[in-house]
Amino acid sequence: MRYMFLLYGATDAGPAHGSPEAAAEMQEWFAYTQVMAEAGVLVAGDPLHPIESATTITVRDGATVTTDGPFAETKEVLGGYYIVDVPDLDAALAWGAKAPIARYGSVEVRPIADMGEPEGAPDA
Amino acid sequence: MRVSRVAQVFAAEWPVLVATLRRDLGDLDLAEEAAQDAFVEAAARWGPGTTPNRPGAWLLTTARRRAIDRLRREQRFAQRLPALLDAADAAGRGPRPAGDLVDDQLALIFGCCHPALDPQSRVALTLREVCGLSTGQIAASFLVPSPTLGKRLVRAKAKIRTAGVPFAVPARDQLPARCAEVLRVIYLIFTEGHTSTDGPALVRGDLCDEARWLASLLAGLLSQLPAVDGVAGTPTHERAVALAETLGLQALMLLTDARRSTRIDQGGRLVLLEEQDRTRWDRGLIAQGQAVLTRALALGHVGAYQLEATIAALHATAASWASTDWVAISQLYEQLLLLESSDVVALNAAVATSMIDGPAAGLAAIESVRERGTLEDYRYLHAARADLLRRLGDLDRAAAAYRRAIELTGNEAERRFLSDRLASLGSATPNGGAESRR
Repeated sequence: MRYMFLLYGATDAGPAHGSPEAAAEMQEWFAYTQVMAEAGVLVAGDPLHPIESATTITVRDGATVTTDGPFAETKEVLGGYYIVDVPDLDAALAWGAKAPIARYGSVEVRPIADMGEPEGAPDA
Repeated sequence: MRVSRVAQVFAAEWPVLVATLRRDLGDLDLAEEAAQDAFVEAAARWGPGTTPNRPGAWLLTTARRRAIDRLRREQRFAQRLPALLDAADAAGRGPRPAGDLVDDQLALIFGCCHPALDPQSRVALTLREVCGLSTGQIAASFLVPSPTLGKRLVRAKAKIRTAGVPFAVPARDQLPARCAEVLRVIYLIFTEGHTSTDGPALVRGDLCDEARWLASLLAGLLSQLPAVDGVAGTPTHERAVALAETLGLQALMLLTDARRSTRIDQGGRLVLLEEQDRTRWDRGLIAQGQAVLTRALALGHVGAYQLEATIAALHATAASWASTDWVAISQLYEQLLLLESSDVVALNAAVATSMIDGPAAGLAAIESVRERGTLEDYRYLHAARADLLRRLGDLDRAAAAYRRAIELTGNEAERRFLSDRLASLGSATPNGGAESRR
């Protein structure tokens, strides 16, 4: 089963940009990604540029509105994602808990909907 | 009360049947429906003299047949066929090994109580899939409309399917934590039965019965898990911890439930532990509780439930409120606070303090708990304060505290008790003479 990890953290949480702690955390992220790749569970994963770089579009009644910033101002912002392929939710949760951001932010674990799946797929 | 043979078999066989079918079919909903169908058929067919020798096997065969019928009707046959063929094949080889039955039932219990599900859903699922209560019965027990309960179950099963919530015995290192989640669910059910949060009755005994039965079932299953460590017969540390905590909770519930019949008087009013008729406490349940507690303590891991059970045992064996071993109870509360810094526990510890060092000391202890701010909406905080203020003759503050407690309780029996206490203040002499009518 494939799951997405949505990595959330408050903008003021976590190590300061450019600090030695930030560099150390970067190493942790590399190691984390590598371990998942070696375990054969990693499908994809990327950090996202901070929300200052975001642009949001909506189309209502044929009118496109383009706005600077994320879709909503939230305390915790989306910082990155992973996609993993694991046997069940427990396996996904175990990997999610190891993400460095779990210590000061949150990792939302969401199952990916496979459009080809028949209804009422077996539970694990 | 004579229980029909079908009803007796039902209670014992339901979780085994649901658990086995769930494993066979890989679908909780289908398993539940098939089991329900089989029991309906059993109720119609069985009677005195026509109850099968091996009811479990009869039920399983019948349930599988009904599951196949259902799948064929809903045209989901192709998807499930491999699993069903495997199951039929295995059935042909004889009854399922006992170890599998243990694993299957544990998988069912741990799955229903998975932390990925919200607490209310865990309670509803456990009562439905493990205890076999109907949606209507569960709804009535928790005073919610039946359709609401039904939707809750549907949503929970949907989450299980889409998120892949596993139904399996947890990995060894996860066992204590996951077991703690199950015990939380069981204790929630018991607490709701012991002092219902809403409504006219104080006690819903059927919920207490289900909770005690669940703990007993879980303890039995855990103790049948094979030993993994090299030394034969030595349970793994994790299994010992899980079992010790389960037995601790079971003991706590037995000892608490022993007081069930004395908690309400004829007028439907709450009767405090202090005033309960101890001759009517169930000595059989007390003895059972003590025996289970001894087994728990022998496993060498002392957790919160065991400490609370020991406190309950001290109350249960004391001849009176006054002659209770308050010093021992106070020490146990101190140990409990080291394990979990709970403000509710601190409140109970303060009450014990008041019995040793007098109401003023108890009140001071309660005030320091109150300063932490978490219990402002907890009715027992205000009821305890009111009681101590009353003993100290501070009737105005006692009245205010009783009023606050009354505001916070949804339970009719408690409300009546607190109102009576409030009224009795009015007939007391103010300024130091605490002569309230009892």
